[in-house]
Amino acid sequence: MIPAAFDYARPTTVDEALRALADGGEDAKILAGGQSLIPVMRLRLAAPAMVVDLTRVTELRGVRDDGDALAIGAMTTHSDVIADPLIRESAPLIAQATETVADRQVRHRGTFGGALAHADPAGDLPAVALALDAEFVLAGPGGRRTVPARDFFVDYLTTALAEDELLVEVRVPKLEGSWGMHYEKFNRVAQAWSIVAVAAAVRRENGHIAEARIGLTNMGPTPLRATATEQALAGADAGEAAIAEAARHAAEGTAPSDDLNARADYRAHLAEVLTRRAVTAAVGL
Amino acid sequence: MTQISVRVDGAAYTDEVEPRTLLVHYLREQLGKVGTVVGCDTSNCGACTVHLDGEAVKSCTVLAVQADGSEVTTIEGIAQNGTLHPMQKAFHELHGLQCGYCTPGMIMASIDLVGDNPDPSEHEVREGIEGNLCRCTGYQNIVRAVQQAAAEMRGAQA
Repeated sequence: MIPAAFDYARPTTVDEALRALADGGEDAKILAGGQSLIPVMRLRLAAPAMVVDLTRVTELRGVRDDGDALAIGAMTTHSDVIADPLIRESAPLIAQATETVADRQVRHRGTFGGALAHADPAGDLPAVALALDAEFVLAGPGGRRTVPARDFFVDYLTTALAEDELLVEVRVPKLEGSWGMHYEKFNRVAQAWSIVAVAAAVRRENGHIAEARIGLTNMGPTPLRATATEQALAGADAGEAAIAEAARHAAEGTAPSDDLNARADYRAHLAEVLTRRAVTAAVGL
Repeated sequence: MTQISVRVDGAAYTDEVEPRTLLVHYLREQLGKVGTVVGCDTSNCGACTVHLDGEAVKSCTVLAVQADGSEVTTIEGIAQNGTLHPMQKAFHELHGLQCGYCTPGMIMASIDLVGDNPDPSEHEVREGIEGNLCRCTGYQNIVRAVQQAAAEMRGAQA
C-alpha cells in the first residue's frame, strides 16, 4: 500500500526543521527513521499533510559525553546506539534493550529519539528512559526546554512535545556507584512487540541492594515505574528470597490493557515474573 | 515531485519522484529492478531487503526521497561479472530456498549479518535473520547456507 500524498520538507538544521514544522501547522509530522511512521502511513492510519524529514539534520546524530550525563542525539539509529562505546560503558541497559527492538533492518533505520517520541507503550525504550531518569531536550520556536522522563510520557502515543516542538536529544545521567542493569522482555515471536518487559537498574552495596529503579513496558498507556517494588528493594538483602518478595508488588498501581496478545491479569503475572528475573540478573545472581 | 540522485547497483540515476513513493516501488517500477520483491508490505517479512549505504533495510519502509544521495545495492547488484556472490552460491548449492520468494531478502540480510559477524553460530544466524520470514519454513537449509557462505567469505579475505 502507498501512503496518502503529502508535502515534503527536508531541512538540514534544527532551526530549519522548526520552521518547516511551524509552516506545516497541526497536520505536520516529523519523520525520523520512519520505522513506525511509514507503516502507519501506508495503512492510512496516519495521513499527515506535511512530512518534515530529519534525515539530513546531522546535528541530531551521535552520542556525546556531557559531563555528568550522556547526550544521545534524537536521530541516532538503534544500530549506532548498540555499537556506541559510551552507552556500553555508562548505560548498558539502553544497549541491551535496543538489541531487542524489532530486527537488524529496522534497527539500521529506526532512531532512539523517534522511538521515544512515538511513545508506544509496547516499545522498549520508554521504560528504559524512565528507569534511568533520562531528561528530554525539546526545541521549539521559543528556545529549548528540558523535560524529565516522568513528565515526558503523558498518555498512549502522547508525549509532552507540543506540535511545534522537536525532540533534539536525550540526556541520560551517569550513575555513581556499583550498578547492575538488565532488560527482560517477553514477546510472542522473534521480532514482535513486548507483551510485557522490565528494565531494572540496581545499585549494590555491602551485599545489599541500596537502590533499585524499575521501568515497566506495556503495563499501562505510558511506561511506568514499579514504585512499590523499588521501595521494597531499597536496603533489602541482595538474595533470591528478598527479590522474589519485592517482585510480588511489581504490578501495583499499573493499568495493563486487555487485548488479543494478553489479558490484563496475565500481564500483571508477567510483570512480577519478569521483574524478579530482571532484578536477579541486574544484581548478578 | 522531488528530485533524487541515487546510485543503484553501481549505476547513477537522477529522477523525479513523489515524496510518498516507497523505495521498493521506485526500484521496481521506475528502475525495473524487479529482483527485489514486495512480500508482506508491513515491514515484517524482509523480502524487500536491500542495502542502503551498506546497511540492510526494508525497502518497503523507506521513502525513495530518504535514499537521495545514497548508494543502494539490490539482489541484482551482488554478482560480479556473472559470478554469483558467495551467499548466492551457497543458497544455490545447499538449496536454501523452497518457493524462492523470500530469497532476495534472505540473501541481502545475510550478507549484512556476515559483514558484522564473519563467523556466526547457528543461533546467531537465526537471530540475525529474524527480520526475514520464509513462509515455506525452509530455515534449516537457509541457516546452513549462511554459515557456508560466511566460511567462504572468511577464506576470501584471508
